[in-house]
Amino acid sequence: MRISSAGRVDRGVKLNFTFDGKFLTGFQGDTLASALIANGVLLMGRSFKYHRPRGVLGSGAEEPNALVAVDRGGGRYTPNLRATQVELYDGLVAVSQNRWPSLGFDLGALNDLIPIFSAGFYYKTFMQPRKAWKHLYEPVIRRMAGLGKAPTEPDPDHYTHRYAHCDVLVVGGGAAGLKAALTAMETGGRVILCDEQAEMGGGLLSEPCATIAGHSAQAWVESTLARLRAAPNVTLLTRTQAFGYFAQNFVALSERLTDHLADPHPDLPRERLWKVRAKEVVLAVGAIERPLVFANNDRPGVMLASAARALVNRYGVKPGGRAVLFAADDSGYAAASDLAKAGVEIALIADLRYQATPAAEAATAAGMKVLTRTVVANVLGEKRVSGVEIATLAADREVWPAGAVECDLLLMAGGWTPSVHLFSQSGGKLCFDEARKIYVPGQAVQDQRSVGACAGDFGIHVATGLPVLGEIVPEGGYSGAVPAPKGMKGKAFVDFQNDVTSKDIGLAVGEGFRSIEHIKRYTTNGMATDQGKTSNMNGLAIAAGLLGKAIPEVGLTTFRMPYTPVTFGSFAGHARGDLFDPVRRTPTHAWAEANGAVFEDVGQWKRAWYFPKSDEDMDQAVIRETRAVRETVGIFDASTLGKIEVVGPDAAEFLNRMYTNSWNKLGVGRCRYGVMLNEAGFVMDDGVIGRVAEGRFHVTTTTGGAAGVLHLMEDYLQTEFTDLKVWLTSATEQWAVIAVQGPRARDLLAPLVTGIDLSPAAMPHMSLREGEILGVPTRLFRVSFTGELGFEVNVPASQGMKIWEAIWAEGQKHKAVAYGTEAMHVLRAEKGYLIVGQETDGTVTPMDLGLDWAIGKAKPDFVGKRSLSRPDMLKPDRKQLVGLLPFSETNKLEEGAQIVAEGARDKALGHVTSSYYSAALGRCFALAMLSAGRSRHGETLLIPTPSGPVPATVTDPIFFDREGKRLDA
Amino acid sequence: MTLNITHRWVLRGGAEVAELAGAAFGVSLPTRLNRAHAQDGRAALKLGPDEWLLLASGPVSLEPALAALPHSLVEVSDRQVAIPLEGPGADLILNAVMPLDLHMDAFPVGMATRTVFERCDVTLWRTGENAFHIEVWRSFAPYVSKLIALIAAENRAA
Repeated sequence: MRISSAGRVDRGVKLNFTFDGKFLTGFQGDTLASALIANGVLLMGRSFKYHRPRGVLGSGAEEPNALVAVDRGGGRYTPNLRATQVELYDGLVAVSQNRWPSLGFDLGALNDLIPIFSAGFYYKTFMQPRKAWKHLYEPVIRRMAGLGKAPTEPDPDHYTHRYAHCDVLVVGGGAAGLKAALTAMETGGRVILCDEQAEMGGGLLSEPCATIAGHSAQAWVESTLARLRAAPNVTLLTRTQAFGYFAQNFVALSERLTDHLADPHPDLPRERLWKVRAKEVVLAVGAIERPLVFANNDRPGVMLASAARALVNRYGVKPGGRAVLFAADDSGYAAASDLAKAGVEIALIADLRYQATPAAEAATAAGMKVLTRTVVANVLGEKRVSGVEIATLAADREVWPAGAVECDLLLMAGGWTPSVHLFSQSGGKLCFDEARKIYVPGQAVQDQRSVGACAGDFGIHVATGLPVLGEIVPEGGYSGAVPAPKGMKGKAFVDFQNDVTSKDIGLAVGEGFRSIEHIKRYTTNGMATDQGKTSNMNGLAIAAGLLGKAIPEVGLTTFRMPYTPVTFGSFAGHARGDLFDPVRRTPTHAWAEANGAVFEDVGQWKRAWYFPKSDEDMDQAVIRETRAVRETVGIFDASTLGKIEVVGPDAAEFLNRMYTNSWNKLGVGRCRYGVMLNEAGFVMDDGVIGRVAEGRFHVTTTTGGAAGVLHLMEDYLQTEFTDLKVWLTSATEQWAVIAVQGPRARDLLAPLVTGIDLSPAAMPHMSLREGEILGVPTRLFRVSFTGELGFEVNVPASQGMKIWEAIWAEGQKHKAVAYGTEAMHVLRAEKGYLIVGQETDGTVTPMDLGLDWAIGKAKPDFVGKRSLSRPDMLKPDRKQLVGLLPFSETNKLEEGAQIVAEGARDKALGHVTSSYYSAALGRCFALAMLSAGRSRHGETLLIPTPSGPVPATVTDPIFFDREGKRLDA
Repeated sequence: MTLNITHRWVLRGGAEVAELAGAAFGVSLPTRLNRAHAQDGRAALKLGPDEWLLLASGPVSLEPALAALPHSLVEVSDRQVAIPLEGPGADLILNAVMPLDLHMDAFPVGMATRTVFERCDVTLWRTGENAFHIEVWRSFAPYVSKLIALIAAENRAA
């Protein structure tokens, strides 16, 4: 039912689309809703609970009924889209939702006939037996009730973000928004104007009669937009929904980039999430027309007057042939007039007001039949309106049936609800306008103002500040249930999307609910995906009426973001797949990869875990790698260790205060193992620290602790130790670190290193030297985390691969292996060396770990010192680091397993922290934190496992080379 | 202006240190926070109250000139890499991942700062209206480059 010439659609561009498999056509500029109605399709969906047939109610974001899924193929499936917002493109495939087996014949509609789905139904009915909820009731209910189906395939689209700053953000491109943008433009500041529709203009695009300063409304829109487009300081964003308003004028916008295109460029993101920081925000988001609440007000063919107006004027579509207007507001008369001009017969205008307004008189003068104090009491027809029953409001508040009128279209003009969602999200409180029974924005709490209809200031002349002729300004309005004759049956819907009726709200009040917050949750009124855009005020008014209170006394529910649903993809943006988080690779990563390394994730780093030969499993590879380190030499990439260069005349004093150890006497060229505590006295990091020069230390940290340690140090330096002349610089990524560990380590390195005497006398354990390796400057540390003779070669990161390959090549003369983090863990555990975060968990003191020797007790202070003398820290039953040898040499205990004593199996004495098979020991062993552990050496304790308790002997935590002779080789 | 940076240092110290370092470096060190001075293949970026990042296209001997004053000079040539970004719309590419206001009034040519680049930190220096010099720690460079390429393609398509 297309009107021959009217509307803004491009009749030259015909578009093919399908709805539930049926081939249809529309025009460029159509929405799915307008195209369907043009094809005579009014039935677009089934309702949530009762599966009632539903058609279009509104004309935009407020649409509660016409929810469809659009399937673009290849996983591009989006459910629950409002057909009034889906732009038509050639080849669009849309399907209806929530019906089975078909939209026309839906078995679920039986729900409509069974009088049980009232408010609180779920809470009351499916209680017993308990188990049945999970296995019977919920699955069945989920199948029957609900909206669209979630897509099952991964989303192939990508999404992007953009941060933006502006002086003025104008939300809404209707009359008020365009005017506000124009004013802001003239100040020269940066302006962003966004509107959720495909084109700017808002209600003016559906306004055929009114003139603005002598021009048609559309001409004014066009000339205003031309000025805005020409201004370099204005950004215009269409298809962009402002959906969230946060602190400090931070507003989130969702821009749709491809959903309206038949064949978008593959590089084009589907959506762009704008994160806008605005000095001032102007809300010009308009108002939403309210439905009227009467029996069967949800039948296809019942729609808001504004929706019918948009169909006729903007899309050139006639939604019916014979219409009844049910008006409580003058603005409905504009729809009647426009429809009449388009050839729709206006059978009747039922105005529930007692007096004929000028708009009603004008309609009468134009030959329309207008009845005041008349209501529509019931709608006839099921899948399409076939007529209405009307009733008269008598003076004694009685409502008398007044016959029926045949029609195929019923327009509701219940008045306008200002869209205060974003204002409310901004933190502003709403004020109730008693005269008009609407909420309007109160005092703004951010630098923000509401203009036009969203502020309750209706009328194009108000919005534009220009002389306007021929406009019917909203006047009137009604909230709550329409009075009905006694005994009127049929559901009168308040919330169309969640199938909440006026009776449901009555039931909630009858059962004792008083606050709207409770009534809302009990009935689910306003809790659907449309967040009650068309239902909140009617729900409030019904509840208030039943409770005998004024509307503001019942309370107001909270407006939360998003204003309309936003895709998860939009929030995720680029953060998916390998861009979910940065993946950090060391300078030798490519070599490890080429040599078959299996990697493990350590924070953001990829570290070589082990290097399996062709048919080795992990255990076999680790045995081979650890054996080689003990027998010949192994090479290990330690580049991820955190490194901090601590420089300045007070560097040693700074370290004295940060670490438990004393640093004054550490000579230049010497290293020391340092322990760092937090203020509570618990170990938070450790590492080897070398003195490069008098006022220069090379501090290493754990891989995971690098950033945190630097920040903590910087924090102390800036807030507590401001007296010190010392500066911190992260050097983690400056250096590639190659550990060369094993009896042949010196033999391997000697031919490669120049300028450094590697002999034991010249370079003892825990020393560092600067020199060159193959002409590359190096800081060479003699340190060991394996218990073997060991060196760590630090070279500038860009040279890391070259030096690694040279060491590897030289190593082949010494049967060298590359070893990974797993072998490193085994080797250090054999020596009882702890790993912060594995042996420790933030509640472990240095004494617990047997590190008393590392505490500089003579120092006046260090971070955590005072806490170490708290009574609780000195209790003899604290958990202490011990070794465990399971009776069975092949039984590898589970890390994290608890430890108990025979006869007291319900009391955990400690837990296993590390557990491995040791090639050097020829058996399994473990480290554990055990209550009073050091006094239990030799005891047998039990480790409960799923297959029974496993006995183990408590030992000293050093299993290999207790004397440390190998270190000094 | 594209610099072929091979050498980098982080210099920490007071105003006198900065003055001496500027003389030795051949480019005066900015006294205003978040500003960069550049000439002849060398640049000095003031990133903190007592912190400068010095960039050069070859080795420079600075330590001897500073020996008399407390300071910290740490070579970080290999810690980070440079990613130049040049062309119309460079700011829009950055604003996909960077919350900073990059309008010329707010972030003019010659301004430099450490900032957030989606999930990592970078140092950003505007070298021209449509030209930026990004310094990023070595291991984050693939992440930054990949995001820039992706966003550039997105913006081209739009």
